[in-house]
Amino acid sequence: MNGARSPNAGISRAAGQVHRLLTEAWRLQPLYVSLYAILLSFVVGGVLISIIGVNPFAAYWALSRGMVGGGDEIAGSVARSVPFIGSALALAFAFRAGLFNIGAEGQLLAGGVTAAYVGALSWMSDLPGIAAIPLILIAGTLGGAIWGGIPGVLRTKTGAHEVISTIMLNSLVLFGVRWMVNSRDPVVLRDTESTVPRTDPISDTAVLPELAASQPVLHVGLFALLGVCFVVAFVLNRTTFGFEVGTVGLNPHASHYAGINVNRVIVIAMAASGAFAGLAAASEVSGTNGAFQPGTFFLMGFDGIAIALLARTNPVAIIAAALVWGSMLSGAPLMQQEADVSIDVVRIIQALVLLFVAADAIVRYLFRVRESAQSPFQATSIEGAV
Amino acid sequence: MLEVQGITKTFPGVVANDGISLTLNQGEIHCLLGENGAGKSTLMNMVFGLYRPDSGTIRVRGEQVSFQDSGEAIAQGIGMVHQHFQLIPVFTVAENIILGNETTKGAFLDLDTARRRIDALAERYGLAVDPDAIVGDLSVGEQQRVELVKALFRDADILILDEPTAVLTPGEVDDFFGVVESLTDQGKSIIFITHKLREVLAVADRITVLRAGRVVGTATAEGATQQSLANLMVGRDVVFRVDKAEADPGAPVIRVQGLRSQDDRGVETVAGLDVEVRAGEIFGIAGVEGNGQRELVETICGMRPATGGRVEMLGTQTTDWSPRRINELGVAHVPENRSKHGVVAQYTIADNLVLNRYHHREFSRRGVRNTAAVNTEARDLVQQFDIRTPGVDAIIDTLSGGNQQKVIVARELTGNLKALIVAQPTRGLDVGSIEFIHRKIIELRDRGVAVLLVSAELDEILSLSDRIGVLYRGRLAGTVDAADATREELGLLMATGTTGGKS
Repeated sequence: MNGARSPNAGISRAAGQVHRLLTEAWRLQPLYVSLYAILLSFVVGGVLISIIGVNPFAAYWALSRGMVGGGDEIAGSVARSVPFIGSALALAFAFRAGLFNIGAEGQLLAGGVTAAYVGALSWMSDLPGIAAIPLILIAGTLGGAIWGGIPGVLRTKTGAHEVISTIMLNSLVLFGVRWMVNSRDPVVLRDTESTVPRTDPISDTAVLPELAASQPVLHVGLFALLGVCFVVAFVLNRTTFGFEVGTVGLNPHASHYAGINVNRVIVIAMAASGAFAGLAAASEVSGTNGAFQPGTFFLMGFDGIAIALLARTNPVAIIAAALVWGSMLSGAPLMQQEADVSIDVVRIIQALVLLFVAADAIVRYLFRVRESAQSPFQATSIEGAV
Repeated sequence: MLEVQGITKTFPGVVANDGISLTLNQGEIHCLLGENGAGKSTLMNMVFGLYRPDSGTIRVRGEQVSFQDSGEAIAQGIGMVHQHFQLIPVFTVAENIILGNETTKGAFLDLDTARRRIDALAERYGLAVDPDAIVGDLSVGEQQRVELVKALFRDADILILDEPTAVLTPGEVDDFFGVVESLTDQGKSIIFITHKLREVLAVADRITVLRAGRVVGTATAEGATQQSLANLMVGRDVVFRVDKAEADPGAPVIRVQGLRSQDDRGVETVAGLDVEVRAGEIFGIAGVEGNGQRELVETICGMRPATGGRVEMLGTQTTDWSPRRINELGVAHVPENRSKHGVVAQYTIADNLVLNRYHHREFSRRGVRNTAAVNTEARDLVQQFDIRTPGVDAIIDTLSGGNQQKVIVARELTGNLKALIVAQPTRGLDVGSIEFIHRKIIELRDRGVAVLLVSAELDEILSLSDRIGVLYRGRLAGTVDAADATREELGLLMATGTTGGKS
């Protein structure tokens, strides 16, 4: 660090000021890198926007009004974020057990199709909402849990790595449900009266109550997923089972030695992860779409990976990260309308966020954040001789 | 050859080296002796360019140097053999040796030239290695020779050996000393880092003793005794002989009959082994590493399936029980591999201290952990076992190896024990910690616990055990009373499986 007054030093000093504010005023230590990554991505995104000849401030102004510009916008942003909470938890929970579950995409579909199937059963309309709604949510949760549990079982019985098996199971369920929902001959699950490929509408009694008629609709599923976040935080941090999950994640050999049933923990962690995705999908089927439509889940599972990463797999931080993620997507159309900047720019900014979180050395250097704990997502480097 | 003057190095919160000076003459073996954490490795890492000193100078052949990385140190003819070998198991010896310094012909590797140079080096220094053998197939002793050849291949004439004998069997140690002497005869200079006193006296020309980052004494091999060096190292009088009363063995507690089991590669390494340990005795298992020690211990403790035979503990058949069920019977296990099995490196000392009991009533109510109770228990154990730590919240990885081992011992030795299985309980520890752990094991024996001790240190086996069995190719080659056992007899059994007679 020399004392030269380069523009670089100026930026660095400004970054240092921001850092001081966050450290001393808001005490957000563990999430620094994530916060800075978001900031930095918007800066880089702004440069991109100005390159295409648009004033980045105008674009971001439109974007932020799209995100939180009024009651409807806020409700829409929250609604958009709700399912991401589930898909991010699907990564985060398994991650604590040392597993990399990238199958949320498929677990969502498995949960969604199960929920829609159960929700459209003829006797569902005879049940009161107080029975039908829990039933459809449980059905989706179970569907996701089974789809998530399979890679767990495969891992313990055959040693198949969960990254590979979840990828394969993603394809399996993706093309499976597409066929079930598209096919007219034979008709499997397709609603033959509908022009878009989707399942039969679920019973009215199984529809989650609406909180706001925003776009998309904000419904009670929000509370279910918020609740799950706090339950997961409690389980991981305070319970004996959570201790076992963390121990297996950090050192499976020591866990085995200490008497923990490692295989059981792996299967449960994977099934629970799938369950969170399944619940998110069921809440979408029941509260937002009223039927299962595979396209609405496109990329939701993969976005969950990014969100969990941004939240450093902390279940409560996932709520905030999902809100950021979902509202950016929700606000993007207004930016396109008003500032003529493609929605894809938001996707680029999100990709940058992910990149800066993964390659956190960049952020640490720019903002001078000291390494506190190793990033959970970094590949282990070769141990230096000490 | 090498002159270190007033070197100081501080890490956040610790002065690792404090004004250390040291000279190494040509053709000399200079032993650097000290407990863990005394600063030996830090000092050598600076000489080898891995760290940079805060102050002080390093001169090589009279010229002052300031290495930026180990590459520059190698260029100056300094070679270092680390305690943990830096070899790639799937490569051949020749490929490993040339790695980073490849002999090439155009864009292709020139292994023939490399082979010729390796053979020449091997012959000159008596370091027999087969350039085409796969490193993963070699014994630990052979791998170490590969490391030495690797350093010599880079024209090193100052060799730093970091605890080279820690992984060797007694026979291999003798061979190794032969090699070291032939190296110095040919003009190489050697810095030998160790904390084993017997070896220091056997090979050193001069000795420098470090304690807490300072030089506390220098000596020549002739002028020193084990006792004088140990006292210097620890800073107080050390008791070598473990004081223990006559054993008063009771009923058999651990009974192993015809046990068979396999290692990770599916090779049967425990091949029909019988052993019986009675209450109130320490049964020591000696043997060259790799004769089934690890598999024996892991199978008894439920971590590895038995492929034949049976294990009985406290009169109950426990073959292939889960580790937890065996533990709940009152059987504790101090594992051989501290970092792999013994601790969760990222956990606090408190969590590590209850790793086998976190689910018990006192620490967990209806599935919710009682961290207050865990911390109280941990503070208690930290005091009882003299664990040196800033607090029970400290991450265990920040402790020295000796203190980590004390955490494991504290955890395993607590509770209502009937049997204790300990593997390499003092490996890599300093004299003070060894003394402490030995005392604790004998205390348990005196309380009537059956102890099965597996150790590669013959001295440890001899001083602790009441009876000794020698493990050879998966079976006990012989069982002797510790009172009658001699190093020579055991050494012979370890190496050949017989005492030379017709037995």
